[in-house]
Amino acid sequence: MNINLTLIGQSITFLFFVWFCWKFVWPPLLGVMKEREQKIADGLADAEHAQKDLELAKRKAAEQLKEAKDQANEIIDGANKRANQILDEAKQAAQSEGDRLKIAAKAEIDQEVNRAKEQLRSRVADLSVLGAEKILAVNIDAKAHNDLIDKLAAEL
Amino acid sequence: MAGEAQTATAYIQHHLQNMTYGKLPAGYTRADGTVLNESTWTMAHSSQEAADMGFWALHVDTLGWSIGLGLIFCFLFARAARKASVDRPTGFQSFVELVTEFIDKLVRETFPHRNTMVAPMALTIFVWVFLMNLMDLVPVDWLPMAAAKISGNDHLFFKVVPTTDPNATLGMALAVFALMIFFSIREKGALGFLKELTLHPFHTGKLFFDILLIPVNFLLEAVSLIAKPISLGLRLFGNLYAGEMIFILIAIVFGVGVLGFIGAGLLHMGWAIFHVLVIILQAFVFMVLSTVYMAMAHHRDDEHEHDQ
Repeated sequence: MNINLTLIGQSITFLFFVWFCWKFVWPPLLGVMKEREQKIADGLADAEHAQKDLELAKRKAAEQLKEAKDQANEIIDGANKRANQILDEAKQAAQSEGDRLKIAAKAEIDQEVNRAKEQLRSRVADLSVLGAEKILAVNIDAKAHNDLIDKLAAEL
Repeated sequence: MAGEAQTATAYIQHHLQNMTYGKLPAGYTRADGTVLNESTWTMAHSSQEAADMGFWALHVDTLGWSIGLGLIFCFLFARAARKASVDRPTGFQSFVELVTEFIDKLVRETFPHRNTMVAPMALTIFVWVFLMNLMDLVPVDWLPMAAAKISGNDHLFFKVVPTTDPNATLGMALAVFALMIFFSIREKGALGFLKELTLHPFHTGKLFFDILLIPVNFLLEAVSLIAKPISLGLRLFGNLYAGEMIFILIAIVFGVGVLGFIGAGLLHMGWAIFHVLVIILQAFVFMVLSTVYMAMAHHRDDEHEHDQ
């Protein structure tokens, strides 16, 4: 237990080991630990960011879905309207066509009636002349009484 | 080991003697009776010879073990640091990082100044002193007997716990003291350091009284300054020396019959378990105090006054 040169030797050894640790052990070790800390922090931040992005995307998707639905509804509404319109137009066209046909038919009927009337009239005239002839038992000169007969026919 | 009283004393003395290499003067009568013709550098063959070598002697075992353990620390930690991976820390790296983080946190708390050297110093002290203390848990006879067998010299002095040698603990304390002085002067300047030594703790603000108070202040401050490294070194030495002593005493009891053997075994186990605490605690205390001393060296009084 004598105090001797070992004292100085130990001091130098101590300083050497401290220097070694200071230069070669501490910086890389702490560097790695800091880096890992940073990495974990970054990872957490990224995760949070991703979470936010996901939420945003979800909201966007929902929005888009809603928009699409709205659009589809719009299109369906338009189509319905258009169908109704077409139906209406067709109805109208049919109606007008019907009306036209009706008018034409009426005109034809009128024509036919008139012709029948005419025929009837001339027939009545003929018959009345024949009747008169018989009543009078004379030949009536048709030519002479044409005016009369015509008058009669017109009265009928 | 030794059953008889006189050999027990010899056994203890043998265990407390370092392997010493030093210079013996000319005309010195050695332990075996031979007289030296001229002064020689040689291994001491007895405690008396070691004592007579004076200051110019080296404790080969102390230095050998402390340097060896320090190299183990440096090698393991430097390798862990070099191979350290950010993504996949392996088993030993995790352990190293655990210790490093513990020290880093502690130093941050006790040392609020900017100095990149203090934390590595604390780490070195903690691990190195712990390793040196750990040698205390190796049964006291194993390594000395192995060394004696290998060297073929039955009386080889061989102490394996460097921290039971006051040279080692005081040497480290001396280095801490040197760093303290160095940082004090670097941070405050030589004048600032001198002022700190002479104008505290008594300070009146009046020039005349201050000059009168210089000797008193200097005496107080110098004592407290010198007391720091001495208490630092002796605390570690005292604890480990006492622990080693108990182990040696228990080892003697091993030789006293069957009962002695069983009793000593139990005692040894109990003391070793208790000692596990002591060696960690002492390494920790040495580290914390060194850090605190560094903080004191960096501390400026004008800063202190600003704080208040």
